[in-house]
Amino acid sequence: MSDIKIEGYEFKPGFKGMAKDTSSDQTMFKGVHWGKAMMWIFLLSDTFIFSCFLISYMKGRGSTIIDWPNPSEVFGLHVFGVDVPLLLIAIMTFVLITSSGTMALAVKYGYERNKKMCGWLILATAIGGLTFVGMQAFEWGKLIHEGVRPWENPFGAPQFGSFFFMITGFHGTHVSIGVIFLFIYAYKTFAGHYDEGKRGWFTTMKGDYVEIEILGLYWHFVDLVWVFIFAFFYLW
Amino acid sequence: MSEDFNDNKTIQAQSSEAISGGGSGIATDADYVRPAEVADQDLYHGHSFITKWIFCQDAKVIGVQYFLLATFTGIIGLILSWLMRLQLGFPELVPFMTAEHYYQFVTMHGMIMVVYFLTALFLGGFGNYLIPLMVGARDMVFPYLNMVSFWSFFVAVAVLLASFFVPGGPTGSGWTLYPPQAILEGTPGSGWGIMLMCISLILFVAGFTMGGLNYLITVLQARTRGMTLMRMPLTVWGIFTATVLAMLAFPALLVGALMMSLDNVLGTSFFMPTILKAGEVLEYGGGSPILFQHLFWFFGHPEVYIVALPAFGIISDLISVHARKNIFGYRMMVWAIVGIGALSFFVWAHHMYVSGMNPWFGFFFATTTLIIAVPTAMKVYNWILTLWRGNIRLNTVMLWCLGFIVTFVNGGITGIFLGNVSVDVPLSDTYFVIAHFHMVMGIAPLMVIMGAVYHWFPLVAGRFLDEKLGKWHFWLTFLGAYSIYFPMHYLGFIGVPRRYFEMYDSPYVTSAVGMNEFISLAAFIVGAAQFILIYNIIKTLKTGKPAGHNPWQACSLEWLTPSVPPEHGNWGDRLPTVHRWAYDFSVPGAKEDFITQTTPPSEVAHTKVEKT
Repeated sequence: MSDIKIEGYEFKPGFKGMAKDTSSDQTMFKGVHWGKAMMWIFLLSDTFIFSCFLISYMKGRGSTIIDWPNPSEVFGLHVFGVDVPLLLIAIMTFVLITSSGTMALAVKYGYERNKKMCGWLILATAIGGLTFVGMQAFEWGKLIHEGVRPWENPFGAPQFGSFFFMITGFHGTHVSIGVIFLFIYAYKTFAGHYDEGKRGWFTTMKGDYVEIEILGLYWHFVDLVWVFIFAFFYLW
Repeated sequence: MSEDFNDNKTIQAQSSEAISGGGSGIATDADYVRPAEVADQDLYHGHSFITKWIFCQDAKVIGVQYFLLATFTGIIGLILSWLMRLQLGFPELVPFMTAEHYYQFVTMHGMIMVVYFLTALFLGGFGNYLIPLMVGARDMVFPYLNMVSFWSFFVAVAVLLASFFVPGGPTGSGWTLYPPQAILEGTPGSGWGIMLMCISLILFVAGFTMGGLNYLITVLQARTRGMTLMRMPLTVWGIFTATVLAMLAFPALLVGALMMSLDNVLGTSFFMPTILKAGEVLEYGGGSPILFQHLFWFFGHPEVYIVALPAFGIISDLISVHARKNIFGYRMMVWAIVGIGALSFFVWAHHMYVSGMNPWFGFFFATTTLIIAVPTAMKVYNWILTLWRGNIRLNTVMLWCLGFIVTFVNGGITGIFLGNVSVDVPLSDTYFVIAHFHMVMGIAPLMVIMGAVYHWFPLVAGRFLDEKLGKWHFWLTFLGAYSIYFPMHYLGFIGVPRRYFEMYDSPYVTSAVGMNEFISLAAFIVGAAQFILIYNIIKTLKTGKPAGHNPWQACSLEWLTPSVPPEHGNWGDRLPTVHRWAYDFSVPGAKEDFITQTTPPSEVAHTKVEKT
């Protein structure tokens, strides 16, 4: 953040700089857009939601008396006559992490005022997210077909189904909301709303490329949460 | 007082160092304040009745909306408490008062008062109205989001109240909503009631998150020139810290409510153990009821401080203004608020001492709980030291402040009883607990709200509330509240359990019956006394004494707007510039007994004002 210049304010490095920023007037995070600060704090709150989910999952899995199903069997795919454990999930994770990369590039091109590249990359991110949600729907369908329900599970503890559908569902909702916003932002980018500072439909605030970065923060967070869900459900 | 001042600390108008605070080479004179970092806020100005008063984006209007809706919900909570007291004092007097209804009223009274009344009123009401004004912002940073926040709260309240009209009525599982009983047949409202309660809570959390983000970013990123964090009034510190707590504690409630809904609707067993009902095993099995208790109290304990911290902040400002003295130990007060907030996340299981937990676990939570007594006691001492040799105005506001201090100390001391495992276990689930938490987080914050209403009404409405009615209101409430809750401590000691619909012919009868009748009568009077305030407000809105600018001679920014009541955008053409903290009262050498936050140092160079 060394490229930010503020009239009459001298930045200091390290801990002293942090203390100086904190004790200064007007803003605590110098040069940080309001919306960006808001998104960080929202994500902190959202982290607590997912932590509560995952801790409940650990507690539920730890205290059930019926055996937990073996994830590499339950989540395995049977392709070309061979059983491949975690195949689908590996592809899903790869797609989602890739979409994080395209999102980061979209932010970069946005700040360079490269409308076209920015728009296409947002669109690519949205399609990545959509693919992820589609594959998740496929996995849900497969498990449901095999008889796993939120209230019962032929492979072992019923809590497996409960926690799996609830937590991946909650995460999938996050991804879906992100995808909707990505499509809207892609449209707004192509239509040039961010270049001309066109006012938002609801908020009536002027459009700016920083919005893409804010959505990017959300998107990276959703990916990061997936990494934890992946570790807790599929690798444990 | 003046003899005690240290001359070295006073500002020399000639010295540039004193003001710039280390930004060397920039400051040229004492009145210099850095230019604005952020461009002036772009605001949407409503033109029609709907955009100005209903779907309004002005934080002040939203604050009043929150205030009115929370008060309306609070009155419903009050009426429910009357009905409960009717049953407890005079059992079977009214035919419709069945055990089911009693439990439903208990539950709804608790949930309404804690979440939909106190939380919404302190953060949504006072937070919205005061934060932008006190930090010198034009509005909240995201006005549209702020509007959606209120309307989410509105829908949450509507859903909550709708549960009175669904089959089975509202949930009767107690405000803690403990499973498995909350969703098992036999508990009133086990189907629709608990479902609507969970939905309503989820909506409330979603709405609150939108508001909370606004409060936090406005405080962190939208202060006016010269307004440092350590120059903010303690009201803002209290609301800010409470909002941080809410942002981190409400997630646990959200998750708990969601999991309970799934247990209820889909038949999952997150919280449901294997249950035998009338000789038959239910479909549930393998879940952990204790998990819900942890989730609930991880929210529930910070919730206590979500209500208490804004009260601490507001009371500090009221005491300082009406004792005409700076708040004693401002920085200590700030750190106490922050410290209490941080500690509140490590004490939740003291609500669960009787849940069968490991005694060492209880020992840990008893320790953390008692540590909280340190910063809270510091705050109480500081309030008393602020009053010490102050030029006290014994008006209605000050009466409420004094009432608060006494009540808070009272409730705090019983908290030390209950924080210890060995004392808590026998007192658990008795009226002692009821008396404790009503004193400390019911009556005490309520007194702050009342004080704040009498203090800020002249700002919101431009007129004073009637002092005579105010004093009646105070004395009836204060003496009445003690008549209600003091005897309850005794009821708890003789072992009367809480949440019992009726005592029938239990051995407590002899000593408890008369006392219960007395408590009920007092509760009717105290409840009725609250309508004095409503009458007072309606009466003075039109006919009250006009207040004019800064009627209390306060220093903080909210009184310094160009027009009273402040208009949309708060500050007219120019944002205020802040040069000092909000507590420069009775400064030796100054013309008046207060120096406003916007007064430049050169104007008061001859006085003994401290650098803040």
